Amino acid sequence: MNWLTNFVRPKIQSLVRPREVPDNLWDKCPQCGHMIFHRDLAKTLWVCAHCDHHMRMSVKARLDMLFDGAAYQRIELPKGLVDPLKFRDSKRYTDRLKDSQAKTNEQDAVVVAHGRVGGVPVVVAAFNFAFMGGSMGIAVGDGIVAAAELAVLQDAALIVVPASGGARMQEGILSLMQMARTTVAVAKVREKGLPFIVLLTDPTTGGVSASFAMLGDIHIAEPGAVIGFAGARVIETTIREKLPPGFQRAEYLLENGMVDMVVHRHKLAETLGRTLGLLRHRGAAGQLLPIAVDLPDSFEAEPGV
Amino acid sequence: MNFLDFEKPIAELEGKIEELRHLSDSDEINIAEEINRLQVKVDRLLRASYGKLTPWQKTQVARHPDRPHASDYIERLVSDFTPLAGDRCFAEDKAILGGLGRFRGQSVMVIGHEKGRDTESRVRHNFGMARPEGYRKARRLMEMADHFSIPVITFVDTAGAYPGVDAEARGQAEAIARSIETCLDIRVPLLSVIIGEGGSGGAIALAAGNTILMLEHSIYSVISPEGCASILWRSGDAAKDAAEALHLTAQDLQRLAVIDDIVPEPLGGAHRNPELAITSVAEHMDRALKSLALVEGGVLRARRRDKFLEMGKIGLP
Repeated sequence: MNWLTNFVRPKIQSLVRPREVPDNLWDKCPQCGHMIFHRDLAKTLWVCAHCDHHMRMSVKARLDMLFDGAAYQRIELPKGLVDPLKFRDSKRYTDRLKDSQAKTNEQDAVVVAHGRVGGVPVVVAAFNFAFMGGSMGIAVGDGIVAAAELAVLQDAALIVVPASGGARMQEGILSLMQMARTTVAVAKVREKGLPFIVLLTDPTTGGVSASFAMLGDIHIAEPGAVIGFAGARVIETTIREKLPPGFQRAEYLLENGMVDMVVHRHKLAETLGRTLGLLRHRGAAGQLLPIAVDLPDSFEAEPGV
Repeated sequence: MNFLDFEKPIAELEGKIEELRHLSDSDEINIAEEINRLQVKVDRLLRASYGKLTPWQKTQVARHPDRPHASDYIERLVSDFTPLAGDRCFAEDKAILGGLGRFRGQSVMVIGHEKGRDTESRVRHNFGMARPEGYRKARRLMEMADHFSIPVITFVDTAGAYPGVDAEARGQAEAIARSIETCLDIRVPLLSVIIGEGGSGGAIALAAGNTILMLEHSIYSVISPEGCASILWRSGDAAKDAAEALHLTAQDLQRLAVIDDIVPEPLGGAHRNPELAITSVAEHMDRALKSLALVEGGVLRARRRDKFLEMGKIGLP
């Protein structure tokens, strides 16, 4: 403390109107290190303009980007059991939940909304990685079940967008049970003949990848997303060697036959709309096309073939 | 006999008994008395420590090397056992055993994780940690059982799915997900018995059953206590605390309605008397299978699915 900071500066500051300066105007690309202005990031959908790295994005931005005209209706999720084990490590689980709720302004790690994508009615369940690493506990299970039920009710397609480290340890065995629970939920969508598409984003691992996230009719992954079962560190300590470059990245999964396509974020909405249109026999504008029921004579199978 | 840390006083007494037995050739009568006295003490100690095992102690018992494994249950309980191998895609994974056989006269499909008994067999079975091929084989066998209307029995005993580069490359996550899906889809009874360690996704891949039995001192958890401790406590030493917090014991899981019934173990754990442990599991299996046999396939499937859809409605008081 000296007279300068103590006296002169406050005086100078009071001369100009005090302005609120948000401290998060600039973001750093985790890959190339470039500083990017927040408005530019929103414009590029959180894809780095310098290195094309796909950064994690908020659930709101994700939903705005996916739905036609950024128009959708969020649904309220049921209030289920909270902290079933009264779990406590260095901190109470209920406190961790409160922190995450305050930070994200959401109740838990999944958001469910319905609207149209490429003109096709869809229900989207999107994970919020900022909420305890997108981990799956009962509330997330509730979200997936609700999304699946809504899709069946509305005769809509289901799109799930995981961004999750896996099961939520703080709910113990009940989080493991959500793997079976969500598997039943998405099976019901498929049994109704409705498309179930998984849009794998960074990261999709553990109990989430080993349940509904790998059971889609179609798997679309974002470039560079980490997708796998075991965490890279666990594997490294098990096999005691360095992992190959690109291991568990979206492109590696494509190579290994685990995803259908790796799609740039700027082309995602279009790709989803087109794919859904094809699956649901609709034209590009989402109009239902008549399906030929009576085949013309020329389509009859040749005898003896 | 392998002794666990908390069994040290028991081990000492049993050592003494053993010494006295060697002495008793020199026909002194009070030696026999002394042995009896010590044996009573051992039983009392066993009853005392096994009556109130902590979750961490149960974790150790569940992993005890002398504990009966899936192959022991199959050998003792399944006649005409006919092992079936391979996932028809890539390989045969010996971490998961499977095959047809008869349990009390009835045709069954048996699938189970096998940890192995000695170094050689442990390596062969990869310590019970399956790769995608193992889960794909399990799926194939469950579908076959469904096709021929044969009940499925699974024995769960794994630290978890194998975390390796090859396993990831061949789709470990997808293989587990499909195995869970098949468990929930078949129209035949699916009875799961957690005989030792129920480790995370690798366990539930075989355990999404109609009836889930658990041995008294077995564990079933979303993550190992060590793994949980290193993530949440940032220290592997906190495994004891993590085991408490995770509520991974059969008793707690029954309270949470995750499992249906607990099979009592012989005094001092299944490893002290494998014969008795296996017999008591068989009684429980028989009862469970008999009640499932009365239910029509579609209803079995619907009830199994509804049960798992309800998971997470009941917490601990």
